[in-house]
This record gives sequence, C-alpha cells and structure tokens, in this order.
Amino acid sequence: MRILAIFRGEMLILRRNLWIFMATLIMLAFALALSFAGSAPTGTLGVDMLTVSVASMTTLSVYLAPLLALMMGFDAVSGDRDRGSLALLLTYPAGRGEILAGKFLAHIAALTIAMVIGFGAAGVIAAWFGGAGANSLLALARLVTTSIILGAVFLVLGYTLSALAGSTTAAAGLSAGLWLVFVVLYDLALLGAVVMDSDGTFTQSIFPWVMVANPADAFRLWNIAASESVALSSGMAGAAAALPGWAAPLSLLAWPVLGFLLARAAFRKVEP
Amino acid sequence: MMDNTDGNPVLKITGLDKFRGKTQVLHGVDLSVKPGERLALLGHNGAGKSTLIKAVLGLIQTEGGTISICGANPGSESARTDTAFLPEAVSFHPALTGHEQLAMFARLSGEKPDIKSLLQRVGLADAMHRRIGAYSKGMRQRLGLAQVLLGRPKLALLDEPTSGLDPISRQDLYAIIDELAGNGTAVLIASHALTEVEARTDRIAILRHGVKVADDTLADLSKKAGLPVKLRIRAAESHADQIAQQTGGRRINGASVEILCAPQDKMAELRRIAALGDVVVDIDMVPPRLEDLYRHYSNEELN
Repeated sequence: MRILAIFRGEMLILRRNLWIFMATLIMLAFALALSFAGSAPTGTLGVDMLTVSVASMTTLSVYLAPLLALMMGFDAVSGDRDRGSLALLLTYPAGRGEILAGKFLAHIAALTIAMVIGFGAAGVIAAWFGGAGANSLLALARLVTTSIILGAVFLVLGYTLSALAGSTTAAAGLSAGLWLVFVVLYDLALLGAVVMDSDGTFTQSIFPWVMVANPADAFRLWNIAASESVALSSGMAGAAAALPGWAAPLSLLAWPVLGFLLARAAFRKVEP
Repeated sequence: MMDNTDGNPVLKITGLDKFRGKTQVLHGVDLSVKPGERLALLGHNGAGKSTLIKAVLGLIQTEGGTISICGANPGSESARTDTAFLPEAVSFHPALTGHEQLAMFARLSGEKPDIKSLLQRVGLADAMHRRIGAYSKGMRQRLGLAQVLLGRPKLALLDEPTSGLDPISRQDLYAIIDELAGNGTAVLIASHALTEVEARTDRIAILRHGVKVADDTLADLSKKAGLPVKLRIRAAESHADQIAQQTGGRRINGASVEILCAPQDKMAELRRIAALGDVVVDIDMVPPRLEDLYRHYSNEELN
C-alpha cells in the first residue's frame, strides 16, 4: 500500500527529528501549567477542577493545535522541493493525493500522541486533586478529539500553502500569517464589526455564522456548546446559544476535507 | 536473451515542443530508445536535456508533440512503473538511513527486492544504516543508483549520473549501466562527460538550444562530420623539418610532425609517408574524438 509506505517514512522522520517528542512535551508543559494555575476559582463556580481545567485547556488548544499543525505541515511539499527530493518521489507510482494522504496520516498520528498525552496527563492530575464527574471526563474526551480535528484543518491548510509557496521560507511566512489571521485577527475583526454595528442585525443574525465559519471558533463553540459547565466557566455561552447544535461540528469536520482537496489541487500544479 | 537491435522502441518522442514563458526550450525533438540500447544525450547547460527528461517523466507539461513509454502517456501509472530515474545531484531526506529510504521506494513501487544486496552492489554496505545526512555526494549518488535498480525498469533515465563520483566509482557505474542494458532496459544518459560516454553508449544524440542536431552512432556521426584524421609522425634524428616540408605537415616539436587529412584520403597519405623510408620512425593515427564531434555538431550553425 503506497499511502502506508509514505506514512512509515514520515513517521520515521518525525521520530528522528524529535518532532513527536517535542510536540508532546509542549502540550504536556502547557496543559499542566494551565491545570495548576487555573485551579483557584473552582470553589466559586461550583464545578469540579477538571471542568475548569478543560475550559482553560480549550483556550490553550485554539492557539496551540493550529500552531503545532502548521509547524509540521509547512514544509511538507516545499521542503522536499527545495531539497530536490520531490522530483524523484513523484516519478514513483504513488499519486500526489496518496503522497499527501501518507504525510497527513503520519502528522495526525504525531498530533494525536501529543494531544492524548498532554491533555490526558492534565486530566489525570485535575481529577486526582479536584475530582472529576462523568460530564467533565466527557468534556476532556471531546477536547482531545476536537483538538486533533482542529490540528487536521491546519495541517491540510499548511500543505496547501507549502504547495503554493515558492520556497520553504515563503511557506513558513505564509503559515505564520495564516495562524495570525485565523486565530487572532479574525476574532478581532468580528469584535470590531459588532462594536460598529448600530442596530444589532449583524450581531444577532450574521455574526454567529461568520464566527462558526472559522475552524478555530468552531472548535471553541463546539466545546462550549456541548458542555454547560464549560460554557459557564468560559463565559462564551451567548454566541453558542444563537446557533443550531450542528453548526460548529459541521464547520470543524468540513474544513479538513475541503482543505485536503485544496492541498491536493495545489500540489498537482507543482512542477518540481 | 533479448534481442537488442530490433523491437519497438521503449521510449518514443516525436515533435516535442516545450515553452518556458515565451522562450521555446525544445523545438520539435524526435528521439527513440530501444530495449537494451544505451543512448547518450549530450548538450551544453541549458540545451534542454533535463527539460526533456522531466517531460518524459511527466513532471512538466509540454506544448506540442507526443511521448510514449511502452505505449503509455508520460506520468501515467504504467509509465511510472516502467521508468526509473536518477536525478542530477540526487537528494533524499537527511533523517532517513539509506536502507530505510530504499525500503520506502521499494514499497512505493510494489517491489520486494533484496535491499541489503542491492546496497552492497553499489558499495554502500557499510553505510546502509547511517543517516543520509552524513553521506558524501558520491554516496548519495550511489544510493540514487540503487533505487534505479529496484524492480526491473523498462526505461532508465540517468541525468548526469557520474557527477560527484570518483573515477573508480564511474567504472562501477558504467558496469551497472551495461548490466541494465544487457537485461533489456532502454537507458538514456544525459551527460557532459564526453570521454566517458564515448565508449559506453550505443548511440549519441546532441541537443543544441532545444534542437536535436545529431542522432547516430559514433562511427556514423564521425563519417558525416568528415572531420580530419590526425597523423602524427616521429622522425629520425634531425629529419623532422625535411618530413614537414615533404608532407606539408606541421612540426610540433623537435622530432614530430602532425598531418591532418580527410578520412577518405587516409590510406593514400599513409602510403606516401611509408614511401619516405627510414626517416620515419613511428606513426600514430588519431581519429576524431567525441569531443571534436561534439564541438562540430553543437557549434555548426553558430560559425
């Protein structure tokens, strides 16, 4: 199986470059730091410590999952092309879609390892010290799963930029820009629009949909809407309530598929 | 044993045109390579050799003409299965070992070769479990050659295969190429190293500014070009001047005279020299080399 051949090669590379180790370490460090720092307000909200921990880790993951994914994905095509190894690879019978799929599986496996270990450790510690109910465990499982999907979105967007960029350096720059737009500027622009909006039509009917179209916001909304207590402790219940329940999951699940098709189309145009 | 002279060509290119922006980099190139044939593709940098190879591999789009690899279109799955490629200055991911890289290529092509003996054959037995990042340029080139030998390619495209190899390795490389051709693979070698391909290929094609200006065996190219044969006569003591005068040749040092003559006049000239008697001590005949032919064909219309 050709996808598997690419997958195995990429896994070796990720392991040898210590990428899996580094990504796991980063997730672990941030998740643990947040769990301990965020343990203070538990009493006042009347929820267990794991719930608070999941709420703060949701915020963390919005920034970190896209960042880790883009860092893994930005040189997927441009790196091979700059090195000169892409031309040879493309003369083998594997199709370009298969090559991307193999790389994607390896990268998503690495992200999964990092997310499960990082968030899992934080969850275990929060449960140990502050207790955890069935609901908060479910919220943790949802956080891990959606974080991986969010990572998938930015992996395939990273591949797209990597195929479109003229060089690895350009791909790195474009990826940083993409991260900034989706994770920071998009929300700022929306906030600005809400403030400017005088009669409230935009804020009430358009704003939630524009917001959920962004995968990072869809991730946030999904985690918040699904868990009342998480919404409570993150204070974002308003936007979630204005949308039907399927909106955020649909957006977050559609993005990786569309992104992959986009990446494949861009990769097909690459002349090594 | 395969019949190496007849049979349909493995690679058949007709009227190939390729543009880079507004510049035409290939002009109606026709080329074919038969099973077991070794074709040298010569030309200056930028003559279009690598472009032609990339077109055959289906890595770039072309604007006119047709390419067929065993009847299949370039870049199609069957064409890619039949073709092996050694890029100029081949490169791999530095984090993988030679063995791992070759194993990946084998899985991609659906072959189950003995990777260890393949690496031994190209002289990488000791380095196969080291990372490619620590390989020298010559070792990477050997690894590139090893992946050409995976499976049984019907067509092998080698772009400057000897770049970065020391003289001994070059000998090994051509031995392996001969073996490939012996097994019926059509081999196309793009090269600058004229003296090497001279003795090691069956046919020579020359590209100049994207136009094919020559395509024949060395002997026939030489005949067509009509380049002079060089006769070098060593004269007996102090007779060099006399011989130079009598033959119309040119004295090149104290005791030798050089005569240029057309290929068809060679025998007549030899008889004339023999008639000079004892004053001629020795004679060497130097036919035109590929270097002279290459200069002749690749500059023909410029002069």
